[in-house]
Amino acid sequence: MRVELDEPKCVASGQCVMASPEVFDQRDEDGVAILLEERPGEELLDGVREAVAICPAAAIRLVEE
Amino acid sequence: MNRVVVVGASAAGLAAVETLRREGYDGTLTLVGDEPHAPYDRPPLSKQLLAGEWSPDRLALRHSADLDTLDLDLRLGVAATGLDVPGRTVRLADGATVPYDGLVVATGVRPRRLPGEGAHVLRTLDDAVALRDRLEPGVRVVVVGAGFLGAEAAAVASRLGAEVTLLEPAPVPLAHAIGDEIGQVLSRAHLDHGVNLRTGVTVTAVTEDGVRLADGERVDADEVLVAIGSLPNTEWLADSGLSTGDGLNCDEYCEAAQHVYAAGDVARWYNPLFGVPMRIEHRTNAAEQGMAAARNLLRPEARKPFAPVPYFWSDQYDMKIQAYGYLRGHDEVAVVDGDLETRRFVAAYRTGDRLTGTLAVGMPPKAIRSWRQAIATGATWREAVPTGDTGDDR
Repeated sequence: MRVELDEPKCVASGQCVMASPEVFDQRDEDGVAILLEERPGEELLDGVREAVAICPAAAIRLVEE
Repeated sequence: MNRVVVVGASAAGLAAVETLRREGYDGTLTLVGDEPHAPYDRPPLSKQLLAGEWSPDRLALRHSADLDTLDLDLRLGVAATGLDVPGRTVRLADGATVPYDGLVVATGVRPRRLPGEGAHVLRTLDDAVALRDRLEPGVRVVVVGAGFLGAEAAAVASRLGAEVTLLEPAPVPLAHAIGDEIGQVLSRAHLDHGVNLRTGVTVTAVTEDGVRLADGERVDADEVLVAIGSLPNTEWLADSGLSTGDGLNCDEYCEAAQHVYAAGDVARWYNPLFGVPMRIEHRTNAAEQGMAAARNLLRPEARKPFAPVPYFWSDQYDMKIQAYGYLRGHDEVAVVDGDLETRRFVAAYRTGDRLTGTLAVGMPPKAIRSWRQAIATGATWREAVPTGDTGDDR
């Protein structure tokens, strides 16, 4: 599974970092999300799915490869 | 449980249906929406869409392929008109009756309006497109209401070259929500950007040429936007026997009645973290509560109280405003980082002896997150804001 982050859509809420801190971080200057792991391991996918669901900008997508 | 109906196809309703599928529910799943559009995102309506930076298709909450995998019985463009709780059916405007074993109510809110015809409101995609098409340099725009929505729209309109007048009945915009002093900081940004903010001004009606004020004065405008808050969409529940007032009343599990849950802007529920009933019209709450309601509906034996730290953001001019917690009804505001003059600061809010909220403008995310954490753990004011660490007395 691959994570897609639509950066221009990001509103810097940081919800993804709280849901999945292993996969997401935020830039210091403007809070925009940073993708740390484009292909996270199976054990991290629940957190990523939570981040996808909770992102208030619908900026994250988990894509089957 | 084999038949779940979710009424409301925006952020909360979508979160509910996605969560149900993700948690293994494989029965019939009906999603009802009164707008003709597939689920789309509302915050950009008063920002990128209004500014003409994004086209409507950019607002889709999910790719159509991702929606397809949810295997929904999707009923768009049709409103729910009634609910029979003992009979467990939802009536729709097209005459259909949909039976359910479980129901999630996520019908949201609609804008309050003023007497008179011809004013814009800003809630739906169609509303936003209609206003966007009228914004151009030199157009005289009156925005009624300097809350977050009115402020964002005024900022966009002025950036596009419109002559914007922003009319607000309170002496300080947003004072009831975020406090007098912070409200004044945000107000100054309007004046700095050439928006004619007039406070203490009550608009009584929309007229052909603009608006009429309570003292009889007329303010001329080519376009009028009314942004004076919203009303929960609960009329369709009037004969259901459910308790409605300002929203659909729920317990701490977001349950309104047996097999009936609510989520999003329409839901008034008891938040145990703050010990008060609340109804939250914020984008993140819609998703969180849709998820929570779906989980509690699906697994009543393992259900959990919904006890979030509310969060909202607002983009106005060059300011990104972010807030966590429940600021309404606070007793004290203290600036705990940065300073108000530069519009880069963190403010903390006290209610009773608790830290109940924080609001930041232009600060790095990590500076805010620790405050959120303190609110989530129920920190007292004394613990969170050591004496002497605050600015001058507020």
